Amino acid sequence: MLMGRRTLLQAACIALATAAPIAAAQAQETFKVGLIVPMTGGQASTGKQIDNAIKLYIKKHGDTVAGKKIEVILKDDAAIPDNTKRMAQELIVNDKVNVIAGFGITPAALAAAPLATQAKVPQVVMAAGTSIITERSPYIVRTSFTLAQSSTIIGDWAAKNGIKKVATLTSDYAPGNDALAAFKQHFTAGGGAIVEEIKVPLANPDFAPFLQRMKDAKPDAMFVFVPAGQGGSFMKQFAERGLDKSGIKVIGPGDVMDDDLLNSMGDAALGVVTAHMYSAAHPSAMNKEFVATYKKDFGQRPGFMAVGGYDGIHLIYEALKKTGGKTDGDSLLAAMKGMSWESPRGPISIDPETRDIVQDIYIRKVEKVDGELYNIEFAKFDAVKDPGKTKK
Amino acid sequence: MTFLTILFDGVAYGMLLFVLACGLAVTLGLMNFVNLAHGAFAMAGGYVCAVLVNTSGWPFFAALPIAFLASALIGAVFERLLYRHLYDRSHLDQVLFSVGLVFMSVAAVDFIMGSSRIFIKLPDALQGQIDLFGIGIGRYRLMIIVICGLLTVALQLTLAKTRFGSRLRAAVDDPRVAAGLGINVPQVFALTFAFGCGLAGFGGALSAEILGLDPYFPLKFMIYFLIVVTVGGSSSITGPFLASLLLGIGDVAGKYYFPKLGPFVIYTIMIVILIWRPNGLFGRTAAR
Repeated sequence: MLMGRRTLLQAACIALATAAPIAAAQAQETFKVGLIVPMTGGQASTGKQIDNAIKLYIKKHGDTVAGKKIEVILKDDAAIPDNTKRMAQELIVNDKVNVIAGFGITPAALAAAPLATQAKVPQVVMAAGTSIITERSPYIVRTSFTLAQSSTIIGDWAAKNGIKKVATLTSDYAPGNDALAAFKQHFTAGGGAIVEEIKVPLANPDFAPFLQRMKDAKPDAMFVFVPAGQGGSFMKQFAERGLDKSGIKVIGPGDVMDDDLLNSMGDAALGVVTAHMYSAAHPSAMNKEFVATYKKDFGQRPGFMAVGGYDGIHLIYEALKKTGGKTDGDSLLAAMKGMSWESPRGPISIDPETRDIVQDIYIRKVEKVDGELYNIEFAKFDAVKDPGKTKK
Repeated sequence: MTFLTILFDGVAYGMLLFVLACGLAVTLGLMNFVNLAHGAFAMAGGYVCAVLVNTSGWPFFAALPIAFLASALIGAVFERLLYRHLYDRSHLDQVLFSVGLVFMSVAAVDFIMGSSRIFIKLPDALQGQIDLFGIGIGRYRLMIIVICGLLTVALQLTLAKTRFGSRLRAAVDDPRVAAGLGINVPQVFALTFAFGCGLAGFGGALSAEILGLDPYFPLKFMIYFLIVVTVGGSSSITGPFLASLLLGIGDVAGKYYFPKLGPFVIYTIMIVILIWRPNGLFGRTAAR
């Protein structure tokens, strides 16, 4: 009786011992990407674009890399940092993901940063755009952009292109203040003057009084940064007040003129000059194919958030190829650092020191092509690093 | 002249606030029901108008009355199914119920219409500004002032002079006696509630151009509706009307002349008025 029990125990141990490696081997067959993006709420279009772009990439390149099957686990954080943190934790601990990715807004990316450091899991930021993000964890890699990249460039460009007096209108929150500071520094260094500086409350329904103030300040141009959704309201009221006919140009970082919203703004947006890393009208063969397939699958054109997601999943694919299937965080991260490739937006690379993206920034003007509004690129600044970090 | 342009913008903004909030003044003030879901009906009107104009190609002015009717209809259905059961409950119950309704409406609209901001395609005649003796008059804002002015007069006359108005006031002041006099109190309440919702929907359709229309509309503007009704006092239409004008002009002028203080001007006005007259400009202590 006693013997019987012991043999049973031994048998169980043997069974467990042999089963464990099999289970482990099976786990290694899939490579899991935890994608945390806002799919509902005010930032939902960010999440939807990223999700769409990743689906498109996987459809084109297959779901097997270096012998591993790629599995994307999508979580909707509604751009609430508390959710982001909880979901990142669940993905890392329960689902044992190899990479966390996405992150629609800066606070969300920052909330997940300590978890990435602790668990040694690479965190691929595909949307959020303030400079500090990559400094918060050595495991963060970014494939989107930084606001300083576009805002400094438009500042330099404006100073060199006959714009002397600028009035600024920015939303009073972190990204708005980032954009304003970066622009101001470069524009005034180039000899320009800021004649009026207005910070609009984030929950501002009516731009009328601020626009009237802009009109009375009679600047050569207005520098504008408002959250994507408000851009349309802003442009409409800009035209309503006759500012489009008063010779005051609108300039800014390209977020305001996202391809996603551009057409709904109407002709008021014509002639707006912005600096940004992506336009759906970027004239490369790769981008033309990207835009065409995206339109075919999802019925609308991709915006810059879609490109951030497309490049983010590309980075993960290529890193896995480079490590030959090794999935630990440090190997993946080492593979990602310094990687360079051709993106729909143009040539890009990951800065090995800051893990931030290095990319060309284009100056674009809104024009009508075949009855639709597009940001048409007409000048280019090569391989721009994030100016928010170069001081160090 | 800039001063007059600012004044004009302020009046237009105030009028818009009034149309949006006067439905709430009717339900909150006259029916004594705390309906925080008022903005949800405004949003419904806005989306109905947007879909008719943008997708079905209706002219803007034809879609406006439909926005009113659609919101009124939704209001009537909700009143019969849900609100009616809460008339006798405490204000806390009413608040909790209607806030829940707001969140449901946000989620539902987000699901059906998507979360990006929607614009209504306006006729060319309503776009741009007219220059009148150096005052910049926005065409759309001028239209708002005209429509809202007419609406206010009609509303005031309905409540003060018509048979329905007196029945409503009787039903509110003492429902039992009113019922004894042969007034069908539930029917009067249902009609009034539907009408208040219709006004909200109408305001929602009008405001989409200036305030923007997205699924978060009811949450974003709840505070404005409440300020208007609080400052105006909720026992008449004149109170909220004057309050809307005061707040609209104060908000626009404050943002223009003191941009750094901008958003606080409207709250400062509210606080000062409430210290001076705790029941609002035209308040009276509640009848019951």
